[in-house]
Amino acid sequence: MSDVTRLSAAALADALASGEVSSVDATQAHLDRIAAVDDAVHAFLHVSSGEALATAADVDARRAAGEELHPLAGVPIAVKDVVVTQGLPTTAGSKILEGWVPPYDATLVERIKAAGLPILGKTNMDEFAMGSSTEHSAYGNTHNPWDLDRIPGGSGGGSAAAVAAYEAPLAIGTDTGGSIRQPAAVTGTVGVKPTYGGVSRYGLIALASSLDQAGPVTRTVLDSALLHELIGGHDPRDSTSIAEPLPDLVGAARLGATGDLTGVRVGVITELQGEGYQPGVLARFEESLELLRGAGAEIVEVSCPHFTYALAAYYLILPAEASSNLAKFDGMRFGLRVIPEDNPTAERVMSATRGQGFGDEVKRRIILGTYALSAGYYDAYYGSAQKVRTLIQRDFTAAFEKADVLVSPTAPTTAFKLGEKLDDPLAMYLNDVATIPANLAGVPGLSLPSGLSDDGLPVGFQVLAPAKADDRLYRVGAALEALLENEWGGPLLGRAPELETR
Amino acid sequence: MSSLSRDEVARVAGLARIDLTPAELDRLAGELDVIVESVARVSEIATPDVPATSHPLPLSNVFRTDVPVATVDRDAVLASAPAAQDGKFLVPQILGEDS
Repeated sequence: MSDVTRLSAAALADALASGEVSSVDATQAHLDRIAAVDDAVHAFLHVSSGEALATAADVDARRAAGEELHPLAGVPIAVKDVVVTQGLPTTAGSKILEGWVPPYDATLVERIKAAGLPILGKTNMDEFAMGSSTEHSAYGNTHNPWDLDRIPGGSGGGSAAAVAAYEAPLAIGTDTGGSIRQPAAVTGTVGVKPTYGGVSRYGLIALASSLDQAGPVTRTVLDSALLHELIGGHDPRDSTSIAEPLPDLVGAARLGATGDLTGVRVGVITELQGEGYQPGVLARFEESLELLRGAGAEIVEVSCPHFTYALAAYYLILPAEASSNLAKFDGMRFGLRVIPEDNPTAERVMSATRGQGFGDEVKRRIILGTYALSAGYYDAYYGSAQKVRTLIQRDFTAAFEKADVLVSPTAPTTAFKLGEKLDDPLAMYLNDVATIPANLAGVPGLSLPSGLSDDGLPVGFQVLAPAKADDRLYRVGAALEALLENEWGGPLLGRAPELETR
Repeated sequence: MSSLSRDEVARVAGLARIDLTPAELDRLAGELDVIVESVARVSEIATPDVPATSHPLPLSNVFRTDVPVATVDRDAVLASAPAAQDGKFLVPQILGEDS
């Protein structure tokens, strides 16, 4: 086998099953790749070589003994650092958790371990998943493999960059307002935010509990379906987990890959295009629509008039929930403890710890959330935002009466330069304008690459489906992927510049 | 709606138990004022007839069967605490001298 790191997870799984390659060799190849490029990319905060190789050796032995294994057994994976992993450091990109080693696994990590996927390490992210560029990590920037001077998106820039740089075939992300889909868009990879409640949140360090959702980060639509089926499904430890089986996601991806979308109604959202979107982003979007039309889909225009208020509602609801969720980081039970002089009380220790342990964006959002929830402002801010949430859900309901899936560009621009928007929080927030409505309504969304913009950087195409109809994302996503790759003569990532190795 | 003054930011940061330096206060007050101004537009369409939504999917109470299950190992939890003693978290004094 020439280079196993270039294979899709599905192809690597086949090679493992046929004995063409061992999991130890495949895992070592990815660890070598990490060693060769991650100084430049910095996708990983922690690399767990020993644990990954031990898992790989165990899978190889079980396979040799004839044991029946999960289809993805032996395929390595990277996990975003907001997901707790027993025995592996978990910081959520924050100094306040530096050196913390969780005493338990998230449910999705338990499922990954039970299926025998070697965990390569933990990926970089904006601190507590607050950001759209991974520049708010307390542990340095992650660099976009397409152009190392540019952002990899955020908050899950590490997972997206790891997959784009062939450091891992699979990764886990979390998406509160676009943190899986927007990094996928700007790195030319695939990312899926499942229906809220579709993947257990047990063991995710919560940002905004009514918005957070974990999901797959991959290079192909089929790989996302395979990983989604592994991590998804009911979990009694998450009371918001949906107590129903997942739809047939892998089957939908395979059906979609035939390229036939006859009878599928695709709704183009009026409010998620036009002003603020780069011309190159819109041009790739229009081309994809043409391909969908050619595949038999019916393209209709749908209006979601309240989406223009989604960003404002999100930046009240998220900070409000975050200010409550992050109250547990107080220096008492885990993580950093900063002790001021003169025999201080616990309360002063908490304030000093949080003052030193949290970065700028986290402080900004906690204070904003505390303010929005405080006496005298609650109705005007948080209360109004919750009403907007209702209006956005109604927009989705009406739109899904006219269309089976809704589509838009994933992000209004391609990857911008590191540092470009760091001092302008509002400009940074605008990156998620097209992804946030799905989180507010709980509906699933997928981003896949739709080509390169005028600046030679990847553009993402977003597909949204009704709650619990995640299979539609995979059918339409896989169809568009097949049609685009047929035009390009291969995957978009094949056009990314080769990274220097050392 | 009122704008967010420096004093107000200091007061809210106190409620949130976050020590801020004077320089941080200056910067945050300016930034937060702009953000609050921008998000305040939610009130334009939040009319009294619209119900509030707190959760994306309809949910009723969820119960599990009342059967004991293993908890996370205490020593493993305390191992990553800032301070522990006699199987418990060790924390600074709760009350001040004048309390």
